Amino acid sequence: MSGNFGDLRELYQEVIFDHNRNPRNFHEMADANRSAEGYNPLCGDQLTVYLKVDGDVVADASFVGHGCAISTASASLMTEAVKGQPVDQVESLFKDMHAMLTESHPEGRDFGKLEVLSGVREFPARVKCATLAWHTLHNAIASARDVAQTE
Amino acid sequence: MNAPDPHTSDLLDLDCAGDFPILSQKVRGHRLVYLDNGATTQKPDAVIQAEYRFYRESNANIHRGVHWLSQHATDLYEQGRERVRAFLNAARPEEIIFTRGTTEAINLVAQSWGRSQLKPGDEIIVSEMEHHSNIVPWQMVCQDTGAVLRVVPITDAGELRLDEYRALLGERTRLVAVAHISNALGTINPVAEIVRLAHAVGAKVLVDGAQAVAHQAVDVQALDCDFYVFSGHKLYGPTGIGALYGRFDVLDAMPPWQGGGDMIRTVSFERTTYAELPQRLEAGTPNIAGVVGLTAAIDYVCGLGMDRIARHEQALLAYASGAVLALPGLRLIGTAPDKAGILSMVIDGIHPHDLGTILDTEGVAIRAGHHCAMPVMTRFGIPGTARASLAAYNTRHDIDALVAALAKAQKLFGTGRQA
Repeated sequence: MSGNFGDLRELYQEVIFDHNRNPRNFHEMADANRSAEGYNPLCGDQLTVYLKVDGDVVADASFVGHGCAISTASASLMTEAVKGQPVDQVESLFKDMHAMLTESHPEGRDFGKLEVLSGVREFPARVKCATLAWHTLHNAIASARDVAQTE
Repeated sequence: MNAPDPHTSDLLDLDCAGDFPILSQKVRGHRLVYLDNGATTQKPDAVIQAEYRFYRESNANIHRGVHWLSQHATDLYEQGRERVRAFLNAARPEEIIFTRGTTEAINLVAQSWGRSQLKPGDEIIVSEMEHHSNIVPWQMVCQDTGAVLRVVPITDAGELRLDEYRALLGERTRLVAVAHISNALGTINPVAEIVRLAHAVGAKVLVDGAQAVAHQAVDVQALDCDFYVFSGHKLYGPTGIGALYGRFDVLDAMPPWQGGGDMIRTVSFERTTYAELPQRLEAGTPNIAGVVGLTAAIDYVCGLGMDRIARHEQALLAYASGAVLALPGLRLIGTAPDKAGILSMVIDGIHPHDLGTILDTEGVAIRAGHHCAMPVMTRFGIPGTARASLAAYNTRHDIDALVAALAKAQKLFGTGRQA
């Protein structure tokens, strides 16, 4: 597809559309031992993140919910990225993603596929869409009981 | 004179965008197409100048100074009250209480009338299409008094179920609180009929006119409602000013809801006596410049003509509905036959929030989300809508820009008509 979409192409990259149409790990998890709910009261985006933490490793990750393309793709990409990763590295990825989405690219960090989400920085009204899943993940790891909200 | 514009010439003779300085600016390299009028309207130069002139020439506190300037400011403020009275066709100026806006006016009635009148088991009826500001204040007063909130459901088209409303009305009903026009659906409610039925059981009626006053003439005596509330900023006026109309005998029986200056007759530590209406319900220094701006806004819309505005917006709504419904996979939420200029849209495969961003890059401002009417979204099983809401200054060009931007969003998402 071509066309004069300008800055929009920075935000809506093909990977985002792909994950929006076919979100990965989009299901509840019966044997999850951590989960958290995220909600953005401004736009109504809502999701639940499920984790199976095995020792120090996030053995499995999934999510369900509804939201815009940015929010859905962010959650989908996130579950792919954290599966099989040590918990401390997932927490460090949360911090770096948060910095990348809200401030600037942390030096020396390679985000791989997650880099496609960096376009939201240019759309301040949409930053919360991308960060919601990550805040929810962070709460699931911390086993926080409160519903996660974007700041 | 230029040749008539084919896009506007058949939409009567309303051509007032030039009165609004903000509309001449570019946004993201495009002409600003402002279709978020349900959230707030833009301000004509007459309103901006009126506030400016007030602070340059007339500013003083009111109802207390012996000096000339204070008397002058007091005159402007009270002229504003008379202007609002005439605009709503209220019987007396004391029936108009200035507030910060619709929300504060509803809270005033809930706190003053509600807390003094409601007893456990009493019922307040609202509709399923209400804005949160006509739900939450009643929930709060119910919690305080033991009264019970009842809800009139709506149809698939977004109309009030009058049969269900009749069934809910009874001797326990003390108040009916209902929108004149729904902000999320555009439905124009049959307020006069709603009032007639409520009065038959002895209940009072509050009408939320936030979405109505800018779009059609309102006559509170013809509606026969007990309270009518609206905000200045949705009527081309400033933010932070609005009004409560209350029928005199109802208002006069209400205790103060806020204490302070201006609302008293005498104060001692043993006993304080309160002022007469309207001061009794207006504690503290009010938004004087806001009243001056609101007065200018009412003068402005009356100059255009409320009936002319209504006809223009109805013609534009018909044009816009036809144009957006020609897009594949687009559906309107709120399809009542009696409807104001609100297009609440959902499009297959594109979340409203994404639509809002894409339209914005084309200079088209709409609102995406639940529009502070979450029960409406729940009713229709959707997370939100993309809402275009019309005002007097909108034209067919604006609708054409909206449709082009919606088509572009569909192309970007690969959900539109294949080229």
